[in-house]
Amino acid sequence: MSAVELEPTAEAGPARTARAAGAFGRLFRSELWLIFGRRRNWVGGLILASVPVLIAVVIKTSGAGEGDSFVFGQITDNGLFVALAALTVELPFFLPIAVSAIAGDAVAGEANLGTLRYLLVTPVDRARLLAVKLGGIAVFTFAAVAVVAGVGALIGLALFGAGDFVTLSGSSLGFWAGLARLALVCCYLTICLVALGAIGLFVSTMTEQPIAAGITVLVVTVVSQILDQLSQLAAIHRFLPTHYWLDYAAVLRDPVNLGDLGPGVASAAAYTAVFAAAAWARFSTADVSS
Amino acid sequence: MSVTDGAGPAPAPAEQAIGVPADGMSHHGTAAVSTSGLTKRFRSGQLAVDGIDLHVPTGAVYGFLGPNGSGKTTTIRMLLGLLRPTAGSADLLGRTMPAAAGEVLPRIGALVEGPAFHPYLSGWDNLMRLDAADRTAPAATAKDRVLAALDRVGLTAAAAKRYRHYSLGMRQRLGIAAALLRPRELLVLDEPTNGLDPQGTREVRTLLAELASGGTTVVLSTHLLSEVEQVCTHVGVMHRGRLVAQDSLGALRRQGAARAIVTTTARHEAASVLTRLGMTEVLVSADGAGALLGDQDPAALVAALVHAGVPVTGFGTTGTDLEELFVHLTGEGFDVSG
Repeated sequence: MSAVELEPTAEAGPARTARAAGAFGRLFRSELWLIFGRRRNWVGGLILASVPVLIAVVIKTSGAGEGDSFVFGQITDNGLFVALAALTVELPFFLPIAVSAIAGDAVAGEANLGTLRYLLVTPVDRARLLAVKLGGIAVFTFAAVAVVAGVGALIGLALFGAGDFVTLSGSSLGFWAGLARLALVCCYLTICLVALGAIGLFVSTMTEQPIAAGITVLVVTVVSQILDQLSQLAAIHRFLPTHYWLDYAAVLRDPVNLGDLGPGVASAAAYTAVFAAAAWARFSTADVSS
Repeated sequence: MSVTDGAGPAPAPAEQAIGVPADGMSHHGTAAVSTSGLTKRFRSGQLAVDGIDLHVPTGAVYGFLGPNGSGKTTTIRMLLGLLRPTAGSADLLGRTMPAAAGEVLPRIGALVEGPAFHPYLSGWDNLMRLDAADRTAPAATAKDRVLAALDRVGLTAAAAKRYRHYSLGMRQRLGIAAALLRPRELLVLDEPTNGLDPQGTREVRTLLAELASGGTTVVLSTHLLSEVEQVCTHVGVMHRGRLVAQDSLGALRRQGAARAIVTTTARHEAASVLTRLGMTEVLVSADGAGALLGDQDPAALVAALVHAGVPVTGFGTTGTDLEELFVHLTGEGFDVSG
């Protein structure tokens, strides 16, 4: 009989846990390879990276403008502010587009290609698949934010050098302290955007059309930002997924009060938990007929 | 021959014709696949699979026949845990699905409704991804497995090519390679020769015969009767969501009306040989003799005739017995079921 020689299933606890972690790691690496090996995503990354380049070149050639905001006004003094300026202008739309596209693709893309059925009969446990997908979205989100910040910092430092890092409070920080603040902003925005990714993962389990899932998430983002503008709706503002995004400005104060980021982190964590759970509830028993 | 219960919307001429009581199939012994009252009603209200009792003996090559839309693929999806049955249960390799999916599915290779891979990854990368997804597969030997699977289906030369540039036949081969990534106890193959050229079709049949002789149970969903006759030991026929017939190929042949026709000058000697072999409805014609083929092996029959000194100048069997039986059972041949 050509029975498979399955590895013993009654392994000791630690060995089994280690192997399970290894198996998770393999699929997770494969997932990252799928995301980062795809040309479409590289093009998206280039578009994200072009914004800080554009900002830096325009300000270098024309000088600082009259009515510039604080962040833009600081660019000529410290190149790191190119990164902050780029994150600020990409946060409402460009970064959400990138996250929505990847999150919408997570399950719906596999369903659309038909590869979902082959993953499931391999078998990949459905909860494990969602965990791997959410992990992939999180890594991609951080990479997208880091590309904008990294390219911005590099071209900013190249064109404007590293002068005083002036905080919103008026004090000056050294180069490394300034860089640390920028890293903190990146982490905060990643947490906020991963919440959007979790919403996308949930939507992605509802359809076989990755584009439709991505657009749905983008619509959620834009509508949330519009509602956040209407003062009549102040009562619901704190429940909107985008409401706390701009709180990263707290990091630019001196001394920095991390407690100011608390509500944003809590909101993002709640959105991530609720929608990851919803995705699981929907997907764990769903009929896969794609 | 087992015929399922005839209550329901589907016209069931088969039951009266074959006249064997319902549930005549014995369910003892080991079964690679065994379902009981397996039913799927979609949310649209469509009853795709209607209380079927599949029984695939271990080691069998089971031809799962039926017109398009008769419920074969829905059944396979339920077996593999992709769809939840509305009612009934399915056991694979002795374990209940979908509860035992994690334990059972690594021992099963499947091709469901055609191959599906990431178009912008190469054949190699696609198989590596599926291998990475299998938590029971040791990482250290992944490359060996992928290499062996590609080699087995003749795709080694195209391993580095992107899947989007594969021809239909190459895609089908990659799908089979994925099913063969690891040694399997059971293969569930949905139309595995679809899109293959005659050479590829022959290769797949040889491969299946090879796997079957090694002890692997194969469930082969197809609408090609020639495929069933060449490789299958057992057959199940679906029609409008119901399993209208299920038995060994030999037993089904007995139900069919195929006749062996011997062309010879020694007509009466030939007829007596056929009678001696236990064949029925033996007739002597102008240029030879004939009888109901039953489950006789045509090759052995010719050997027996020659051994008895009958000068055989021609030998043949009439019609495709399975085809006649199939049309008889489904009442409509290969038309799409509604």
